[in-house]
Amino acid sequence: MERTAFLQNLANQLQRPLNTTEKPVNDWAFKPIEKHYSVMNEQQLVEALEQQCKNIHTDVVKTTSENLAKTLHEVVAKYGEGPVSIWDDPRFIQHGCQTLLDETWPAEKRTIHKWDAEQSRDRNFANANEAKVGVAFSEYCLTESGTVVLYSAKGAGKAVGLLPYAFVAVVPKSTILPRMTQAAEAIQKRVDAGEILPHAIDFVSGPSNSADIEMKLVVGVHGPVEATYIILEDC
Amino acid sequence: MSIQFYDKKFKDTVKENLEDDFMRGAVSAAQNRLHNGRLKAVEELGDWEQWRNHGQEIRQNVLKHLDYYLNELATNVEKAGGHVFFAKDGDEANTYIRQVARDKGAKRVVKSKSMVTEEISLNEALEKEGCQVLETDLGEYILQLEGDKPSHIVAPSLHKNKDQIKEVFVDQLAYPSEASSEAGPLARHVRTILRDEFLQADLGITGCNFGVADSGSICLVTNEGNAGLVTTIPKTHIAVMGMERLVPSMKELEVLVNMLTRSAVGQKMPSYVNIITGPKRAEEVDGPEEFHLVILDNGRSNILGGDFQEVLQCIRCGACVNTCPVYRHIGGHSYNSIYSGPIGAVLTPLLAGYDDYKELPYASSLCGACTDACPVKIPLHELLRKHREVIVEKEGKAPIAESAMMKMFEIGASSSPLYRFGTKIATKAVKPFTKNNKITKGPGPIKAWTDVRDFPAPKEERLRDWFDQREKGEKNNGKNGIFTKFSEPTAKTT
Repeated sequence: MERTAFLQNLANQLQRPLNTTEKPVNDWAFKPIEKHYSVMNEQQLVEALEQQCKNIHTDVVKTTSENLAKTLHEVVAKYGEGPVSIWDDPRFIQHGCQTLLDETWPAEKRTIHKWDAEQSRDRNFANANEAKVGVAFSEYCLTESGTVVLYSAKGAGKAVGLLPYAFVAVVPKSTILPRMTQAAEAIQKRVDAGEILPHAIDFVSGPSNSADIEMKLVVGVHGPVEATYIILEDC
Repeated sequence: MSIQFYDKKFKDTVKENLEDDFMRGAVSAAQNRLHNGRLKAVEELGDWEQWRNHGQEIRQNVLKHLDYYLNELATNVEKAGGHVFFAKDGDEANTYIRQVARDKGAKRVVKSKSMVTEEISLNEALEKEGCQVLETDLGEYILQLEGDKPSHIVAPSLHKNKDQIKEVFVDQLAYPSEASSEAGPLARHVRTILRDEFLQADLGITGCNFGVADSGSICLVTNEGNAGLVTTIPKTHIAVMGMERLVPSMKELEVLVNMLTRSAVGQKMPSYVNIITGPKRAEEVDGPEEFHLVILDNGRSNILGGDFQEVLQCIRCGACVNTCPVYRHIGGHSYNSIYSGPIGAVLTPLLAGYDDYKELPYASSLCGACTDACPVKIPLHELLRKHREVIVEKEGKAPIAESAMMKMFEIGASSSPLYRFGTKIATKAVKPFTKNNKITKGPGPIKAWTDVRDFPAPKEERLRDWFDQREKGEKNNGKNGIFTKFSEPTAKTT
């Protein structure tokens, strides 16, 4: 059906002329504010985040920028043998992971699949699918729900967070927010500035799960089975 | 599947379901779990009434300006490189989607859970196109294997037990017969099987929890990770959206996602909230090369501007279902619609007509528990009452009396909105309203009841224990017989 006819029908039902030009004023009468997480200081946010992550079956490891490579090495080792699928993201290099990627892991015969925009999508999917661990970098982390926020980009394949057995996200401490409210505000600023948002903004809270069989919680369904967040305390 | 499951009379579907003891036990347990989860999540957030008022005003604002917001959404989706199709009805939507499938040469379709595509029988339409269509939500997948129907808005396979599920897996999915029938191993088996299907799929189809008008995004809310895969791996993604399912901006999206997940399953956030804006960018590797948004009317515009407009505020959380004493007794299939419980009893007759569904508005005791549970304040029991008025006006008489309906449901003293008062608080909570040991003007949850009938005041005992005893079928001792005026207690073990 043609768009205008569809919309005209709605206006007719609402018994007024069609309006597609005048933006409605959203002067909300009610403005509820979450009062628990929204007033926490940085340290309290980290503690509350660690607590929430226990609820969602997600490990939290704290480290520093200097020690990220060592910590990432340990976290990946915890999940056993198998390839690592990792975003092609300059932040890993900035935080000292070059040697880990180019030397340490290859020396241990661990295969590293860097997300590769030069390769076909099928090749990238096959790589991520065989990976034991997928590693991504979080834009924001939400304390209340234990959520990391991932933006898709050229080197940031969505499949890295979905196909591997385990999911690891690196979280700079300064990006830890109380809850989704603050992340939505930040995203809204980009919209208000006329930007087109990244193709995918994914709010990910721990491993995948389901309670579809007799309401019993199963952790690890179509997406990752396990998850770890690495917090960079000095960033 | 269409909106309607069977060509059967309402009383026959109810009767069959009342005989399904596993289903009835499962429904009670699920209701308790989801209901209690919701109460906890709502309490944690604080100021719930303010959030409900805000949720309501957002949804009402959207409906009032639906033409503006839909135009804004469509314009912004196109700006981000997506295609938009406005569909008057299911036929138009299916024809368009079939054409996209044909153009792309798509044969393998993966879907994440979507009520609206079931409403328009999209799977059957795509199968006619020669496509293999797979539901990937675990519950929906289980139902699809058997050609079974969903019985709950958010937990579709609630009525099946793990042994039945295992049997199907052994028969159809080469699940070893000696393997466990626990949920974990069963789910993991599906993970392995569907993983290959995801990797080979060429078309992904999703519903849409919310469209975001000013960014041109759609938002999907899931736990299993399947929506992420459906919108990442296939080269084409088609999202089908009921035309009322949108919000003005990210700020309102955040409010409603929060209220949806707390109300649905008591989660602060689900494992995945995907906000998708157009197709993948040229330089990106994964995500769809083509994105289509199908905006569906299918009878919704007839509701707009009329007496039932508030039902379009619905965000499909199922909180009303989880609190309804009638749903508890008769289960989801009795409603003979993909939309069950109080929301189904209001919505189904509006979308599919009174001819097949004139009894549904009577599948309620008008206790108002649904209205109190609704995060966006849809006056569900008022709308059910309105349906009854329309039906009586049309038919000259009610198709069935409420008392006869309740008798048919075998609802006696064993169910009551008072079960929501889980502790001794109930006695204190109702005290100010008590007169001569009867509650004549009840607070919130029992107000609607006391408007039409008086309650005897609860004694100093835990209401939940009292309720549990009733569930076990103990005879009314005459002292606390809440419904003695209403119908004799006929509680039976469920």
